[in-house]
Amino acid sequence: MTRTLMTTVAALALCGTAASAQTVGFSQIGSESGWRAAETTLTRQQAEERGYQLQFSDAQQRQENQIAAIRSFVAQGVDAILLAPVVATGWDSVLQEAQEAEIPVVLLDRRVDSAEDLYLTAVGSDLVHEGEVAGQWLVDQVAGEDCRIVELQGTTGSSPAIDRKAGFEAAIADHENLEIVRSQTGDFTRAQGKEVMESFLQAENGGADICALYAHNDDMAVGAIQAIKEAGLAPGEDILVVSIDAVPDIFQAMAAGEANATVELTPDMAGPAFDALEAYWADGTEPEKFIQTESRLYTQADDPQGEYDRRKDLGY
Amino acid sequence: MSGTLQRIAPQLIALAALVALVSVFYPAFLSVQMNDGRLVGPVIDVLKRGAPVALLAIGMTLVIATRGIDLSVGAIMAICGAAAAWALASGWGTGAALALALAAGAGAGLWNGLLIAGFGIQPFVATLILMTMGRGVAQLITEGRILTFTDPGFSWLGSGTALGLPVPVWLWLLAGLFVAALMRRTALGLLIEAVGINRRASALAGVNATVLLVAVYVASGLCAALAGIVETADIRGADANNAGLWLELDAILAVVIGGNSLLGGRFSIAASILGALIIQTITTGILLAGFPSEYNLVIKAGLVLVILILQSPRISAEWRLMRDSRRVQPKPAPAKATPTRPAPEDRT
Repeated sequence: MTRTLMTTVAALALCGTAASAQTVGFSQIGSESGWRAAETTLTRQQAEERGYQLQFSDAQQRQENQIAAIRSFVAQGVDAILLAPVVATGWDSVLQEAQEAEIPVVLLDRRVDSAEDLYLTAVGSDLVHEGEVAGQWLVDQVAGEDCRIVELQGTTGSSPAIDRKAGFEAAIADHENLEIVRSQTGDFTRAQGKEVMESFLQAENGGADICALYAHNDDMAVGAIQAIKEAGLAPGEDILVVSIDAVPDIFQAMAAGEANATVELTPDMAGPAFDALEAYWADGTEPEKFIQTESRLYTQADDPQGEYDRRKDLGY
Repeated sequence: MSGTLQRIAPQLIALAALVALVSVFYPAFLSVQMNDGRLVGPVIDVLKRGAPVALLAIGMTLVIATRGIDLSVGAIMAICGAAAAWALASGWGTGAALALALAAGAGAGLWNGLLIAGFGIQPFVATLILMTMGRGVAQLITEGRILTFTDPGFSWLGSGTALGLPVPVWLWLLAGLFVAALMRRTALGLLIEAVGINRRASALAGVNATVLLVAVYVASGLCAALAGIVETADIRGADANNAGLWLELDAILAVVIGGNSLLGGRFSIAASILGALIIQTITTGILLAGFPSEYNLVIKAGLVLVILILQSPRISAEWRLMRDSRRVQPKPAPAKATPTRPAPEDRT
């Protein structure tokens, strides 16, 4: 509720300032996942609400397409460029060109290894912090009782898997009652999440010895919930389920009482980016070099059905 | 029958050895219990989780017997799953969704078959086209998201139980028995082998190789459709990005572990299915044993390598030599006791 109010207030406030229509170029990686589709949808919505003209370019996972798109944005003389970089390296020269044309560049979601003065700021989420939020929720939830945790990791070696694992482990490190007893990769997919959860249940006394499941993303949690149900247990009660991402389907599971909590990886990276840009346009305020988005925790108490309805049309 | 047993003996031995090995790390591996009228246990999980690869391996065996290869089965799984989920989401019934998925699989197989038999494009290239394109088609159907559905009839195919066993197990069992019977009770298997050994010669001998080749790829497409249905029904959603991803490689591996030659000719469907179960036993075994996930692929590759080396022509020739010499040694006197003949190989 407060969130809706805040955005409404912000939108109203902005109507006054953004009188001259600004043009913003947005070079998106592609549409490889539902989350990214939602990021694109929200960026378009934000631009429309604020009265910007958005030039959108889908790079289809190719850096050369992104570089070409940025060059064309520079040639058009846009007022700002949003870039979701597909890789971290190789951006120096094109960022320099934008800088020479005095066009601020804001990085979304991922970072680059170029010098910090080549871009205005980067907006993104802290993956370690997401894991910490999930771990902290479980610490508070079990309130000192013993809890044997099983963990479904993301794709082995990927940075979300490494960071979300590290964050969660840090959060439960000082609590001896919490222990990760099994941890395996579910490759971020539903099918793998279900298969691996089945083996966890099998290996842990039919699931009777498992108190909680921590999944590195919601999709694996959704698959695991089905495995728990098929094993004759009640997910959300017999086994607590906490995961990360906040995609629509996990809210459906929470509404049905089958999942307990999720940590949001917000696809609204454009909102903070536009806020920073507006301040910059108005009086040249340089924002921090990294703007961390909020990793908000949602539980069954946060109107999961409403959250599902709000998200289902974003393109997830 | 004894011929079949002899043919699949190496696979059976490999599977037994693997089960013994997994039991060392997870002693309860072979325990099976009855729970609410259905069997549960690691072995049942292997049979169930092995279903997609086992189904793919049935079709892949036929394709490989014709000296072909089908790289597109993973993508076909994604297309068929997406088609079924789309049909269910738009209110078609269970039967119609199933029919659509099977039709999509047959259509994809027909496309492959026409490119290969009709235009003479090499199977590797022809199916590579659908492998890359097919996932895009599936993503177009699902619009890039995971298309979920709630249809109890359809999800029964993925996670239901019939006569104590999971439904996917019945699917690959029945599909395997049906195809094997079709191949061996009729001359079809022989004709396919003939095409694989020498397409030109078999055509000259009056075998309609073109029709046979198309039919084989359609069969592979249908098997992929079944596998796609199982996977989609299991998670009650079509995940176009990940459904069947890289499974074509597992299916080919299953056929190879089954002792079938990639150069075509003689084949055994039972051995390929055993190959699929061997792969799944490794996967499930790793999960149950609780190794860190960084080791998964290394362990899997290592075990597959050992199995393939033990089955390699040179090693198996050594084994046969050892066995035959032992058989002869105890009774050297009566010459007629055990005539040393070369062990009948490759008979199904």
